[in-house]
Amino acid sequence: MTAPLLELAGVTRRYAPGRPPVLEDVSFALAAGEYVAIMGESGVGKSTLLNVIAGLDRADAGSIRLDGAELTGLDDDALTTLRRAAMGFVFQAFHVLPYLTVGRNVGLPLALNGVDAGAAAGRVEAMLAEVGLEGAASRAPRELSGGELQRVAIARALVHRPRLLLADEPTGNLDPRTATQVLEVLARQVRRTGGGGLLITHSRAAAATADRAYEFDGRRLRPLEGR
Amino acid sequence: MAGRTAALALTVFAAQLRDRPVRFLVAILAIAVGIALAAGVYLVNESALSEFARASRELAGEADLVARGPREGFREELFARLAAEPGVQVASPVLELDAALAGGGSLPVVGLDPLAAGAVQPALYGELAGQFVALLAPDAIALSAPAAAALGLSPGGTLLVRVGAGERRLRVVAVLPESAYGRRLGVMDIASAQWTLDALGRLTRIDLRLAPGTDPAAFAARLALPAGVALAPPRSTEARVANLTRAYRVNLDMLALVALLTGAFLVFASQTLGVLRRVPQFALLRALGVTRRALLGAVVLEGAAVGTAGGALGTLAGLALARAMLAALGGDLGAGYFEGAAVPVAAPPVVLAAFVLLGIATAVAGAWLPARRAARIAPALALKPGAAAAGEPGRRLAVLALGLALLGVAAAFGPPLAGLPVFGYAAIALLLFAAVALVPTVAGAALGVLRARRPVAALALAQLRGTLSESSVSLAAIVVSFSLMVAMATMVHSFRDSLEGWLNEVLPADLYFRVDPPGDTAFVTGETGAALARLPGIARLELRRTVAVALAPDQPLVAVIGRPLADAPLPVIARAAGPAPGLPPLWASEAMRDLYGYAPGEVVTLPLGGEARRFWVAAIWRDYAHAGGAVAIERATLEALLGERRYTDGSVWLGPGVAAAAVVAAARPLLGGGVAFLESTALKRRSLAAFDRAFAITYALEAFAVAIGLLGVALAFASQALARRAEFGMLRHLGLRRRDVLAMLAREGALLGTLGAGYGLLVGLGLSTVLVYVVNRQSFHWSLGFVVPAGSLALAAAALVAAAAVTALVAGRFATAPAVTRAVREDW
Repeated sequence: MTAPLLELAGVTRRYAPGRPPVLEDVSFALAAGEYVAIMGESGVGKSTLLNVIAGLDRADAGSIRLDGAELTGLDDDALTTLRRAAMGFVFQAFHVLPYLTVGRNVGLPLALNGVDAGAAAGRVEAMLAEVGLEGAASRAPRELSGGELQRVAIARALVHRPRLLLADEPTGNLDPRTATQVLEVLARQVRRTGGGGLLITHSRAAAATADRAYEFDGRRLRPLEGR
Repeated sequence: MAGRTAALALTVFAAQLRDRPVRFLVAILAIAVGIALAAGVYLVNESALSEFARASRELAGEADLVARGPREGFREELFARLAAEPGVQVASPVLELDAALAGGGSLPVVGLDPLAAGAVQPALYGELAGQFVALLAPDAIALSAPAAAALGLSPGGTLLVRVGAGERRLRVVAVLPESAYGRRLGVMDIASAQWTLDALGRLTRIDLRLAPGTDPAAFAARLALPAGVALAPPRSTEARVANLTRAYRVNLDMLALVALLTGAFLVFASQTLGVLRRVPQFALLRALGVTRRALLGAVVLEGAAVGTAGGALGTLAGLALARAMLAALGGDLGAGYFEGAAVPVAAPPVVLAAFVLLGIATAVAGAWLPARRAARIAPALALKPGAAAAGEPGRRLAVLALGLALLGVAAAFGPPLAGLPVFGYAAIALLLFAAVALVPTVAGAALGVLRARRPVAALALAQLRGTLSESSVSLAAIVVSFSLMVAMATMVHSFRDSLEGWLNEVLPADLYFRVDPPGDTAFVTGETGAALARLPGIARLELRRTVAVALAPDQPLVAVIGRPLADAPLPVIARAAGPAPGLPPLWASEAMRDLYGYAPGEVVTLPLGGEARRFWVAAIWRDYAHAGGAVAIERATLEALLGERRYTDGSVWLGPGVAAAAVVAAARPLLGGGVAFLESTALKRRSLAAFDRAFAITYALEAFAVAIGLLGVALAFASQALARRAEFGMLRHLGLRRRDVLAMLAREGALLGTLGAGYGLLVGLGLSTVLVYVVNRQSFHWSLGFVVPAGSLALAAAALVAAAAVTALVAGRFATAPAVTRAVREDW
């Protein structure tokens, strides 16, 4: 049997001693090529879960494995290097740097991973074409619409071919039609790259684009019925 | 409408105050420091002058006109002539001397005629009515309360005064009450003073009270007075002192204003960054229906609030600062003009209110442009996600900069106004504004040519390029403070270097001596001088006599130095081209050229020995010792004109292998204790120490200006770092370590620091040429060489770059705290 790409077992996160945990005994697994949605109301801990997986926040208990390697014992530098190479992020508010062109925004992970400029330019152009933004590399972010900005963010999240894509409410700032287009792009790209994808959302429609879905039940995670 | 604007301003301001209290606190502090320095220096200057004016009026009493001559005085026959003039009600003869004290130091002594002084100086002389007879004794003196306290004397005590090379004993017969006179003074009967202090037949002043209905100006105009004696209202004495110290005072005022200007710029920087950060908020307010004018008013009122708090705080601090400075440094802040005078602070409420208003005006001026920018925000564009803050168009600012620079250069060639370098200061302000207006263009060009390969460096560069508006504000804060520091440091260094070179040139002998303490009563006689020249071990002796003459009643006295002119070690900067016209030659200092129009080859007149004497200006020389002007003539000529051989100082060249101490020991019995010897190296050291003391206050003011500038930089970085928290969070998600983000910020800081230091250095050197060649020249009437303190400036630039990097780093540490990763959830 193939080991899961991402595996969480008994993950607990508590912000202050004596206060109830934000995450309690969270366990689930994600196979390579699988796209999973995690649902829940605002404030239940969806983003905390994402940060814990990405190594931006620390679990107080439990285990997190990526490609079989335990992450919880790694120091910040190791986690950062891993994140740089193996993860991609898409945020609700796009977070495209206004002072860089679209092409340089997308090429940022490649630069951080030491890909030389010539090779990076080709990959950026190809990635922009994948998300439907051919020829937009030299444009300034302020010239783009919200949907286009999110496509730039998706291209940036995938250009370095990460093993794991983490998307936190990626359609929260978009109109329904654009949201549908963006979700299609996300699902297609995850499946194309063969890595795993984790979609945090409170929208059932968005969750429906994933292969499987989980739902927060209080502080724990359980598979969403009917999915 | 105005009410709604005020309400909106209050809402916006209160929200900002809650949200960013440190930003307001720093801006308030900057204005407060600027106002405190301006108020402190102004109050010190005004207190010192008003104290001097008060003392001057007390001495002049109720005189309508004062006849005043050279420092050595004039023949007393003039008194009889003036007293007999129609229109004169009372004439009071006065002899004013600085009596050299045997115990060290000197004491101003006035000799008065009891009968006349009772009418003209009732306040002063009235107090002595009880001691009238006692004061007529030839050795009697009355002391003012401060003099008695300083000398530790009371009635019945003895005061030893140096006269010539000997000593005279004076008996203290009375001490005036505190209310009579607030400074150190001795009062004698005029005949006793003339006799005891070796001034027989001489007066220095005649105070006239005119008959009712007599016009003082018309009276003065119709009188023909001896050369060098002028009739003027008593206030001309105050004007003379004010003129003597004016350039120094104005320069201090300007330095304090520099600190205030830097404070104003900090408000500008703070408000600009505040506006840039709040663009979406302002756009939202505009979208909700707030008019441009209301928005403009709200931001200006925000500045006014900062100004009110800063102005009030600064004025109070300035008052305390003035008290502390007067107590510690005296009325001239260490420059040596008002030595020994204890000065209380004079702070009328209207002046204090004016400084509060100045604080408000400064802050409002600093807030005006940012307010205009806020009002011009296009709501639709600004509310769009990913919209970068738009700045002032660089090209328009560049055109403005060019215009300001041209005006500045033109102003630098302007003449002095009322003896002050008004156009010079205007040139500095215009050039500085031009430099600031050019910052976006310079920054854009410099950042455009830079290349970075490593991702962190490339991000730092891209950030600075992409946020040119914010970067320019930070850069401008650095440029303003650093360029002013460079300008001041270069001017002071040029001055010191020139002074050092000058001292080396004018002090070629091995040993120098002068009557000490210097006063009007001590001197070296001709016979002693001749005996001194015969002493073994002395290869060459040069004796000099300096007297002071008045060429204009409201100008400082001019020093006339009698010395051998052949091979005189005076740094000549211009010589007469034509042959001598058979008149005695005269070498004039640069101040004489500026103040009295002396030019090489011209024939000029000096009042010496009670007559107008003609001289031929053979040369102009550089003189850093006499700001009021000095001329050098042959000593023999001076002796002949004055009819006496007396010396005040001299130079000694030692024979080979002769020790200075041996010559001093041999000379002592001839000269007595009233002469001080100094070797040339010690004299140079003492002169440079005096220079450093006089400029210590300027260093302090410079340091304040730079500190305020750095505060601005810190504020700009902190403000930007906080505004960029979400960006940092995103970069952390992308795989930048916290130290990578901090390294990026440090690079941004260092890059801005380097740009600011480089550009600030160029601007500062430009400003320093105006300071050296225009401001200094027109203020002090002497020329300087232009010497750049390269080592110090390189060190300061390196410190600035490091400070900028560290400031950015510290600001970044707060903004990249672990919680920053959650900032990606914030909308930009």
